Amino acid sequence: MSSKLDIYTTKRRGRFSNFLFTSVCFLATMTCVLMLFVLIWNLILQGKDWLSWDFVERFPSRFPVKAGIKSALWGSIWLISLTALFSVPLGVGAAVYLEEYAPKSRWRKLIQLNISNLAGVPSIVYGILGLALFVRALALERSVLSGALTLTLVVLPIIILASQEALRSVPDSIRRSAYALGATRWQTVWYQVLPASLPGIMTGVILSLSRALGEAAPLIAVGAMAYVPFVPEKLTDEFTALPIQIFNWTARPQEDFHHLAAAGILVLLIVLVSMNAIAVFVRHKYGKKIRW
Amino acid sequence: MASTPSVKKIMQPSDKATSGYSKAPMVRPSIPEGKGMRTADELAQATEKISVRDMSFYYSENRALTDISLSIPECCVTAFIGPSGCGKSTFLRCFNRMNDMIEGTRVEGEILLEGQDIYSSRTDIVTLRKRIGMVFQKSTPFPKSIFDNVSFGPKIAGIRKKKELYEIVERSLQRSALWDEVKDRLSESALNLSGGQQHRLCIARALANDPDILLMDEPASALDPASTARIEDLIFELKEQYTIVIVTHNMQQAARVSDQAAFFYQGLLVESGATEELFTNPKKQQTEDYITGRFG
Ligand SMILES: Nc1ncnc2c1ncn2[C@@H]1O[C@H](COP(=O)(O)OP(=O)(O)OP(=O)(O)O)[C@@H](O)[C@H]1O
Ligand SMILES: [Mg+2]
Repeated sequence: MSSKLDIYTTKRRGRFSNFLFTSVCFLATMTCVLMLFVLIWNLILQGKDWLSWDFVERFPSRFPVKAGIKSALWGSIWLISLTALFSVPLGVGAAVYLEEYAPKSRWRKLIQLNISNLAGVPSIVYGILGLALFVRALALERSVLSGALTLTLVVLPIIILASQEALRSVPDSIRRSAYALGATRWQTVWYQVLPASLPGIMTGVILSLSRALGEAAPLIAVGAMAYVPFVPEKLTDEFTALPIQIFNWTARPQEDFHHLAAAGILVLLIVLVSMNAIAVFVRHKYGKKIRW
Repeated sequence: MASTPSVKKIMQPSDKATSGYSKAPMVRPSIPEGKGMRTADELAQATEKISVRDMSFYYSENRALTDISLSIPECCVTAFIGPSGCGKSTFLRCFNRMNDMIEGTRVEGEILLEGQDIYSSRTDIVTLRKRIGMVFQKSTPFPKSIFDNVSFGPKIAGIRKKKELYEIVERSLQRSALWDEVKDRLSESALNLSGGQQHRLCIARALANDPDILLMDEPASALDPASTARIEDLIFELKEQYTIVIVTHNMQQAARVSDQAAFFYQGLLVESGATEELFTNPKKQQTEDYITGRFG
């Protein structure tokens, strides 16, 4: 036989290691899926009898059968809407400045380093900052506004980093082509770079807002209430939020409240999944047009 | 060497009467009478559109172009030829100041556009780039629809009427020989086009701005012979109105379409002159070696 590789036999080589590697990766994936499945299954078992339309319609109560999640759900919706309103323009604006405008100076490097570090700061720290700054110094009291501003602090670094990443993934040739056609920097960014990076930015925004939705610690620090028998109607109203309500219920000794907590978590998960679905939808709608 | 068809042969003096391109090996649709190559005399009489004087160009510490002086006549085609890496693209980018975007670049000497210094601090780069259109070496369509690609220039220049934009898009696509292929799918993504179609789209995009001067960096490197021929026709047609500078590695193409040619080697302008002269009777040995395919 010649020394040429026989196309039929050579596939044996590396077959075992290939199999091993595939199995390990498959097992890793299955472990994650299984854990998630067990968790959700558990929640459904515990909470399914308590989850009803009434549950969403009722205010909290000392009596488990009468308790609902209305104020917490609406509190969370208020918080997330306000947080999005504040953090998206600020975050995307900052990212655009840093990526498209800021000269490559030591200054920029310093700011960049700070933002990366801020993204890793535990959220309770922002809660304490919010307490000192918004609640006390700006005298906004324990309002939805204070809560939303504090959550804005939490998600801002993440939104900036994600948006920067999305902007950086737009090839320079796009910018060059726009400039060569006589576009100003503003026109280049607005008509070409931002639309091209929109799917990436949207994904980052939705993911960080999902994180904000699950935050309890910073909200407790700025004084979100555990018992709020009303829906916030203006920015200065007191509020509670889903994670706080859930935390409150799990901390109680009575068994029934634990079922309520499970039902509350299911509501929270439904909201989260819907937000992620929007992210997937947006990416699909705009993303398929964009291939580099 | 033996396999490379000698350009000199194509451009034998005896061919002069038929302007040389009749024997070119490519598909050659007929060019209307009187639209052929400018003679040396015509070239000498043409007004000077761009004048480059003792220009040197640096990438940080690297000098990419050295002491270049060249006059680019109005309504003529000037071809830049030379081996890869000799600075043709760099020189081309100097005309519309695209090099400004690369950090650490520096220009010495001056480039005058109709007597005005392009590199003066008073130059408005946006206006400059609207007057001097460019087609890049690599085609880079925007990740948008075909229509949006071509209409981008006019749109940012302030044209808002859909009908007017549509007319511009149609005219530009027709000129770049792409209209028939895309007229039914203007709203489709430009990224779905083939490589050659994308390239013609980029040409259409530059034409939509209606520039004075068109810089084309290897306009036909990704095209099949028929499209190449149409682009060359386009160049012939455009040069009645516009000043065109092309970079090409294809000697036959340079010989066919250009009126003036400039040969670069390692950042130096070795020789420039009327294309007929340069190709049939080069003054420098280096030029002769390059155009006959003996090196480069
Ligand atoms: N952005 C850049 N930064 C630094 N050096 C560069 C840059 N672009 C080009 N150069 C250098 O400048 C020289 C000229 O490059 P240029 O792209 O102008 O060559 P070219 O003649 O267009 O070659 P080709 O025919 O291969 O396109 C090369 O040595 C190249 O390495
Ligand atoms: Mg080049």
